[in-house]
Amino acid sequence: MNALEIEDVWKYYGDFPALREIKLHVTPGSTVALLGRNGAGKTTLLRIVAGLSKPSQGDVRILGADVRLESSRRRIGVLGHGISLYDELSATENLMLFARLYDLDNPRKRAHAWLERTGLERVRDGLVREFSRGMRQRLAVARAFLHEPELLLFDEPFTALDDRAIAVLQTLLSEAHSRGRTLIMSTHQLREALELATHVALIHRGQIAYAGERRQEMLDDAGWLYRTYGDN
Amino acid sequence: MRDKVFYLLAAASAALLSWNLYKIFFVLGDEKDQGSIWRIFHFHVPSNILGMSGFIIGMVFSLIYLVNKNLRYDAIAAAITEVSLVFAAVGLVTGSIWARIIWGVWWAWDARLTSMLVCWLIFAGYLMLRRAIEEPIQRARLSAVVSVFGGIDVFIVWKSIEWWRTLHPGPVLTIRNGGGMPPGWQATMYWNLLALLCLAVMLVMVRMRQEGVAREIDSLRRMAHSY
Amino acid sequence: MAAFLRQSLIIAAKDLRSELRTKEALNASLAFSMVILVLFSFAFDPSSEQIQEFSGGLLWLVYSFAGALALNRSFAREMQNDCLDALIASPAPASALFVGKALANYGLLLAVELISLPVFGIFYGVHWTQQFWPLLLVMLLATWALTTIGTMFSALTVNLRLRELMLPTLVYPLMVPALMAAMTLTTDLLGGTPLNPENMIWLRVLVAFDFIFTALAVVFVDTVLVG
Repeated sequence: MNALEIEDVWKYYGDFPALREIKLHVTPGSTVALLGRNGAGKTTLLRIVAGLSKPSQGDVRILGADVRLESSRRRIGVLGHGISLYDELSATENLMLFARLYDLDNPRKRAHAWLERTGLERVRDGLVREFSRGMRQRLAVARAFLHEPELLLFDEPFTALDDRAIAVLQTLLSEAHSRGRTLIMSTHQLREALELATHVALIHRGQIAYAGERRQEMLDDAGWLYRTYGDN
Repeated sequence: MRDKVFYLLAAASAALLSWNLYKIFFVLGDEKDQGSIWRIFHFHVPSNILGMSGFIIGMVFSLIYLVNKNLRYDAIAAAITEVSLVFAAVGLVTGSIWARIIWGVWWAWDARLTSMLVCWLIFAGYLMLRRAIEEPIQRARLSAVVSVFGGIDVFIVWKSIEWWRTLHPGPVLTIRNGGGMPPGWQATMYWNLLALLCLAVMLVMVRMRQEGVAREIDSLRRMAHSY
Repeated sequence: MAAFLRQSLIIAAKDLRSELRTKEALNASLAFSMVILVLFSFAFDPSSEQIQEFSGGLLWLVYSFAGALALNRSFAREMQNDCLDALIASPAPASALFVGKALANYGLLLAVELISLPVFGIFYGVHWTQQFWPLLLVMLLATWALTTIGTMFSALTVNLRLRELMLPTLVYPLMVPALMAAMTLTTDLLGGTPLNPENMIWLRVLVAFDFIFTALAVVFVDTVLVG
C-alpha cells in the first residue's frame, strides 16, 4: 500500500486550473523533494494532501484511506509556512495542546521529551512570544513530529532557519527516514533537500513534469532538473 | 435560443406593464378613503412578493450549489438574490411613500415593512460579502452558506416581528378588502405581478450572463499572471 | 461522541487559557460596554420613569455590541501564526473546533454581561434582582444565540480582507429575532413582571433560534473552513 496516492487531482480557482491532472504515488519510507518555481503549485498541492483544502476533482489517499478521515489525520504531520503555535502559551502548553488533540498518552511527558530533543528544555515554560525565530522554528518542528506521524508534509522547512534549527531539522528528518517514515518536502533549498531525498517530483505550471528517483545529475548540478523538465 | 427567450420576455413585460399602467391610471377609480395613492399597491405588493420569494429561491439554489459544486448554480443564486434585493427595495420605498401620504410619516414600523427591511439587510450583507471575495469558488462557497443562514432566518424574522407587533400595535399597511375598492383591482394587481415577474426573470438572465463573463475574465487574468 | 466533546473541550480550554492570560478581549469588551452605558445616558434622561419601557432593549444593545468585539477575534486569533491550519489538520473535526470556540466565547460573553449588569442597574436605577433567575435564563439562551452566530461568522470571515467590517454586517440582521426576544423578555423581567404565558412565546423563540442555528453552524462550519 502506498503511503500517499494522488489520483487525477485538479484544483481550480474559478475557471483557472492551478493544479492539473496531478498523479503521484509515494511508496512508504521514501523522502520526496517536491520542487518547482514559485507559483507552480507546490503549496497548493501540499495543502490538499494535508487535508487543509479540498481538490476540485480527484482523490487523495493516505495509506489507503481518504485524507479527511480522522484516522488519516492522526498519521500526518504538517509544517507549513507559519509555525502554528500560540504566542501567549508556553512551549510546554503548546505541545500539550497538540498532544491532547492527537489523543496521546502522557501529554506532559511527551511534550518535555520533544522539547529536549529540539534543545528547548531550558525554555519549556517560556511563552512562545519571547522566543527567538530559531527557537520558534524548532518548537514548530517538535509540534510536527510530536505524534510520531507516518507521513510528514513540510512546506519549505529550511527557509529562514538559523543553522542550529537546520541541524536539528536535518537530524530529525534523517532519523524519521531511518525509521521508515515517509517525508514530502517542498523546497527551494535544493542542496539540503536533495541530500536527504530518495525521490524527486517537479511541478511545472500546475502539472507533474517529473516524478522518480533522485539521480546523480540532480546532486551534481542544481539546475539540471529544471532545465531538463521545466521549460527555460 | 436564449436570446429569443430574453426578447420574448422583454416584449411580454413591456406589453403587460403598458396595459396595466393604462388600467391603473385610467380605468380603475379612486378608493373611497385613500384617494389616488392606493394605486401604488399594484407595485408595492407584487414587489414584496417577488422580493421575498426571490430570497427563498436564492437560498434553494445556494443549497444546490453546496451539494453540486457547479458554479452555474452559484451564478443563479447570486443573480436571483440581487434582483430580489432590488424588488424588495422597491417594495420598501413604495410602502414608505404610501405611509407618507396616508399617515404623514415617511416610515412606519409596521410588521411587514419592518420584516422586509430586516430581510433586505440580511441579503444586502450577502451581496457585500460577495464583493469582498475575489476568488470565485471561495466566493460561491461562503456566500452560499450566508444565503442558507439568511433564508432560514427569513421565516423566523417574519414570525417574530408579527408577534411583536401584536404586543405593540402600531400602524398597519394594508389594503382593506371590500369597502370602497374599485372593482377589478385585484385582477389588475395580479397582472402586474406577472409583468414584474417577466421583468425579474429578464434581469436575472442579464445578471447571470454578467457573472459568467466575470468568471471568464478572472480566469484569464490568473492565467496571464501565472505563466 | 465522547471524542467530539473531548476535542471541543480541549479547544475551549485553550481559548480560555489564552484569553485569561492576555485578557485583551475581556478588557476591551468590558471597557466598551461601560462606554456605551455612559453614551446612552446622553441620549435620554436616565432618571425618568420611561427607562423601564426600554431597559431590556438598552441592555441587549450593550451586550450585543460588546459581544461582537470579542466574537470577531474568535477565529481571527488563529490566523496569527497559521494556527488554524494546524487545528484543521489535526484529528479534531471542524465542528469540534466550532463548538470549542463557541463554548469559550460563551463563557467570555457571560462574564462581561454579568459584570455589566450591576453597573447598568446602578447607572439607570434598574432593579435587576427582582426576577434574577428568569433573567439569568434569558441571558443564557440569548447569549448562546449571539455566540453561535458570531462564532460561525467569525469562521466564515476569517480569511477575508474585510473581516472586521463583514462580521457585524452579517451578524446583526440575522440576530434580530433573538435580540427582539431577549429585549422583550428582559424589559418585562427588569420591570418585575415574571415569566407568564404572554411572554413565554419569546422564550420559545430563543430556544428555537438556538437549536436551529447551532445545528446549521455545526453542519456548515466544515464547508466554510475547509471547503
